[in-house]
Formats: sequence, structure tokens, C-alpha cells
Amino acid sequence: MKILVCISHVPDTTSKINFTEGDTKFDTNGVQFVINPNDEFGLTRAMWFKEKQGAQVTVINVGGPETEPTLRKALAIGADGAIRVNTPATDGFSVAKQLAHVAKDGGYDLVIAGRESIDYNGGMVPGMIAGLTNANFVNNCINLEIEGNAATAIREIDGGKETLSTSLPLVIGGQKGLVEESDLRIPNMRGIMMARQKPLTVLDPVDSANETASVKFEKPAAKGAVKLVAPDNLDELVSLLHNEAKVI
Amino acid sequence: MSVLVYTESDQGKFKKVAFEVASYAKAVADQLGTTVTAITINATNISELGNYGVDKVLNVSNPQLDVFNAKGYAEAIQQAAEKEAAKVIIVSSSANSKYLAPLLAVGLNAGYASNVIEAPSSTEPFTVKRTAFTNKAFEMTAINTDTKIVGVSNNSFGLVEKSGSASAEDFSPSISDLAVKVESVDKASNQVSIADAEIVVSGGRGLKGPENWGMIEELASVLGAATACSKPVSDLGWRPHSEHVGQTGKPVASNLYIAIGISGAIQHLAGINASKVKVVINTDPEAPFFKAADYGVVGDAFTVVPQLIEKLKAFKAQQ
Ligand SMILES: Cc1cc2nc3c(=O)[nH]c(=O)nc-3n(C[C@H](O)[C@H](O)[C@H](O)COP(=O)(O)OP(=O)(O)OC[C@H]3O[C@@H](n4cnc5c(N)ncnc54)[C@H](O)[C@@H]3O)c2cc1C
Ligand SMILES: Nc1ncnc2c1ncn2[C@@H]1O[C@H](COP(=O)(O)O)[C@@H](O)[C@H]1O
Repeated sequence: MKILVCISHVPDTTSKINFTEGDTKFDTNGVQFVINPNDEFGLTRAMWFKEKQGAQVTVINVGGPETEPTLRKALAIGADGAIRVNTPATDGFSVAKQLAHVAKDGGYDLVIAGRESIDYNGGMVPGMIAGLTNANFVNNCINLEIEGNAATAIREIDGGKETLSTSLPLVIGGQKGLVEESDLRIPNMRGIMMARQKPLTVLDPVDSANETASVKFEKPAAKGAVKLVAPDNLDELVSLLHNEAKVI
Repeated sequence: MSVLVYTESDQGKFKKVAFEVASYAKAVADQLGTTVTAITINATNISELGNYGVDKVLNVSNPQLDVFNAKGYAEAIQQAAEKEAAKVIIVSSSANSKYLAPLLAVGLNAGYASNVIEAPSSTEPFTVKRTAFTNKAFEMTAINTDTKIVGVSNNSFGLVEKSGSASAEDFSPSISDLAVKVESVDKASNQVSIADAEIVVSGGRGLKGPENWGMIEELASVLGAATACSKPVSDLGWRPHSEHVGQTGKPVASNLYIAIGISGAIQHLAGINASKVKVVINTDPEAPFFKAADYGVVGDAFTVVPQLIEKLKAFKAQQ
């Protein structure tokens, strides 16, 4: 089985979010970038398929050279090879077109992406890859088993979960549950050394127009100070929630 | 040329988000000077949509679509869009709509903006405001394709009632063989889900143990709220994983979020910041949640929550 794991290179959650160039660009100054958390769960599940079922695992990112350390980290965790499609990731649809092209060209059986990235939160890339490659698609995937050509997946739904059966080729939008946090791996010295020898292929992008354009960013208005209510005066809290906030 | 909106139902009944996206579609249609067509799949009581600005309903009844299937539903919506020559399609941010929207976008070769919180600020170019960076910022996004899909964030636009009526028409899209099959569904039927809830009551590690959740559930039931929890609480097995909210858990966009014994770590706030009004109850006045909250009580949950339940019961009785 050939697995392609999509890796989005995102600012760590604790990063300060600021913008430059008249609020049109994300300010990467002092920001630490990490593997998107949903992709880390997916990559770890892919390692399980590699170790237990002999799958071959390639990681891929669409982005500039600055994302390579993130791909190297994925190699150090155990992926066999990495691909970077050399074009800035500015729009979910055009990123999906790049990824779909590689997925099809490379004959991958399973594409693992994340439910959403924590930067633009588009939640669109995995479904679009599936649509573009005509593969089956399971979103919000919290469990995945593969036997030959058949796949069983569990999907989180609003208020519960459902079990699905399908077949390869398959794309999933994965999240926590694919593996647990305690299963995540920190690259060790040996992994880091080996990662240096592993192939990181840089591909030219295929032609694609952007469907959407980011025009400007805004930060939420500074929030007023919290209104404190004394613990022995809860009538006031009820009244504030009813009369002022109008939420009860 | 009308605006098409997918109005979701569950076992035939419209979900609240159906009325919210219909209200949003009406606002967009007014801006464009056109009408609203809704597509419903195996829904009953279709006339309810007329109260939220829908002019016409394409009513699909198809046993193949009894259980939600992203590909099948996307095919139905795509054919409705083609039939109506719709250039703007509105969907919600439910798990199901977020599942089908990217497939629909590919089918219609449409640009898609998700997590949109306001009516378009301009229709030429078509520009919408959406949340980004896990609610730490907003992004103004222009959709440049001929056909556009807007995913509206839950509880962001609200319900706008209109006095009107919708005409209904049966619609029979052709659905291909569906290669992703639902084998079983496991869903608590009598509970408010976090995604649908207007109010969410959430407990953290400050509650000390699962045996203390009775008061959280009672508070939720008085308010008609869903219950949620912080990550360590579900990691410790005190509450099911499905209740875990935050960056790595479920997102919350309720009108009211009540955090009890939760410190307010950045990863927790990332998932709940889209909620409109936040209340914190915590013994520690230095807990970071007080910086994010609108209302706060510095106090012991074990005395504050039971009293709050009594006060709310009295308030509800008066209403
Ligand atoms: C990559 C990553 C992802 C994460 N994702 C998430 C996520 O999605 N969601 C999430 O929640 N967390 C997440 N976390 C964990 C997060 O950083 C915090 O550790 C967690 O939110 C803390 O949970 P808590 O507030 O319940 O517990 P604590 O931090 O232990 O806080 C308990 C609070 O209860 C108060 N308290 C104690 N006794 C009482 C009492 N009697 N009455 C009232 N208050 C009392 C205390 O003052 C304290 O503020 C993530 C962490 C990482 C590193
Ligand atoms: N630039 C990118 N390169 C590789 N994979 C990506 C990229 N952007 C998004 N993805 C994948 O798509 C998932 C969802 O991203 P998004 O649709 O942007 O929320 C991520 O978790 C990644 O798996």
C-alpha cells in the first residue's frame, strides 16, 4: 500500500498572530512552525500501517523552501520520503489541485490529510483531493483499518459517531482518535540522522488558478474587562445574562 | 440565478442551522436582487422555510439518501444548482455540510469559503468575512469564481424571520453508486449536541472527578444546554471524548459558554473563542480564563453551581 500524508506547515498554537503589509500578510516574525496537529495524528497512523502492514509512506507539502524543516521532521518520525511542491500555498482549492496531481501520478492508494489546518481553518483540502481524484472520502475520521482493498472507518458526527465501510483509493480528513496523543512520536537522534539521507523531492507546480484570494486580515476588537459577580450575588449574574447579554 | 441554500434536516425535521442558512441566503439574495431556492433532502414540514425568506423549495425524497452520504448529497445539491443556474450556494458549518462542501466545490468548479460569519461585504468582487487562525483573527476573502460556495459559521448570523411562503417542487436528482456506506450510527438521541447547542456548559479538572458532574448536567438541563469538557477531563476518562472541546477537540460556536473549573489554556480557548458570551467560574482570580470571559465569578464551583441552578430555576419559573 502506498500512502501519501499531507503535511500542512502551521504556526504553533501558542504563537502571537500578527499581520504586516497593511494587514494583508501573516507576520512570521518570531513564529515557530509545526506539523499541523491533525496531520501529526495522520502521520502516526501511517507509521502504524508501515510497521504492521508494510505500507510505504510519503509526506508532502505545498509551499516554499521554508517548509522543508517541517518535512524533515516528518521524515525523522519515520516517513520514507518527502515531496515539496514548490509554490506558495495561498488558496485551498489550488493546493488541493497540486496534491491531487501528485496523488494520481504517484498511484497512491491512501491519502491522509487533516480535518482542517489550524492556520486558515479551511477544512477543504482533503475533500477536494477526493473530488479531483475520484477517490472515496471520509472526513472527521477517528479510526481507520485497512484490509487488502477494503477500508473500515469511524467518522465523528455532530452528537456521536458512525462506522463506514469503503474501499481504496481513499482520502481521509483525519483528526485525534486516528491515534491517541500518547502514541505521537518525538523524533529521536537516530531518526533525525536517518532523515538526512532520505529523499526530499522538489516538484514544480502544475498550472492552477486561485479560486479565492485573501484580501485583508483583522484582529478581533480588544475585549472589555471581565465583569465580576460576587459568589453570593448570583441573581445579578442571571440578570446580566438575561438583560445585558440576552443569552438566556 | 437564484441563491441556492441547502437546508439540513435530521429524521425529516429541519435543524436549527437550516433556518440560519436560509436567513443568510435571503440576505445575499437581497443584495443580488434575486430570490432564494432551498434544496431539502427527505425533509417534512417544508413550508417552515417560507418563514425565513425561502421562495421556492426543491424537495428531494430518495430512500438512497435516508442516511447522510456526502457524495450523494453533494450530487443532489450540484444538480439543483445546475437546474436553478445558481451562482451562489449557501451551506452550514455542521459536520455533514463541511463534509460535502469540498466535493460540491469540485463538482461545480466553485470557490468555497468556510466559517463565514457575516453577509458579504461586497458582491462585486464577492467578499466575505471568515474566522481564521483558530478564531484569533478574521480574514476577508474574495471568491473569484463564477460559482461560489459560502459555508456559514453556526450561530453567527442568527435567524431572521420573514412573513412569506415558499412554493414546493419535487426534484429527483440522479445519484451514482455510493461507495462509502454507513454500517452503523451511534448517537445519543435525547441530548443537545455541542454543534447544535445555543448554550454549552463545560467542566474542567477543577471539578476533581467524574462523580461531581451531576451538577454540571443539572445546570445544562435547566438551560437546555449541551455539556462539554476540557481535554484533561476526557483524557482522564471522566467524560467521553465526544465532549472534549478546544483546538484538538470539537469547536464551539454557541451563544453562551459557561466554563466551570477550567483554567483557560490557549488551546482550550482556541476552540471556544467563537462563542459570543463567555462566563467563567473559578476559584483562582489569576486563571487566564478571566481575560477571555465576559462575566466571571471567583468562587468554588461546589458552592456556586448549586446556587446558580436554584437561581436559574426560579428565573425560568417566572418566565
Ligand atoms: C497540542 C495541545 C493541544 C491541546 N488541545 C486542547 C484542547 O483541545 N482542549 C483543551 O481543553 N485543552 C487542550 N490542551 C491542554 C491545555 O493546554 C490545558 O492543559 C487544559 O485545557 C487544562 O484543562 P483544565 O483547565 O480543565 O485543567 P487545569 O489547567 O488543571 O485547570 C483547572 C482549573 O480549575 C480551577 N479550580 C480548581 N478547583 C476549583 C473549584 N473547586 N471551583 C472552581 N474552580 C476550581 C483551578 O483554579 C484551575 O484554573 C492542549 C494542549 C496541547 C499541548
Ligand atoms: N500547503 C499544504 N501542503 C500540504 N498539505 C496541506 C496544505 N494545506 C492543507 N493541507 C492538508 O489539508 C488539511 C486540511 O487543510 P485546510 O483545508 O487548509 O484546512 C491539512 O490538515 C493538511 O493535511
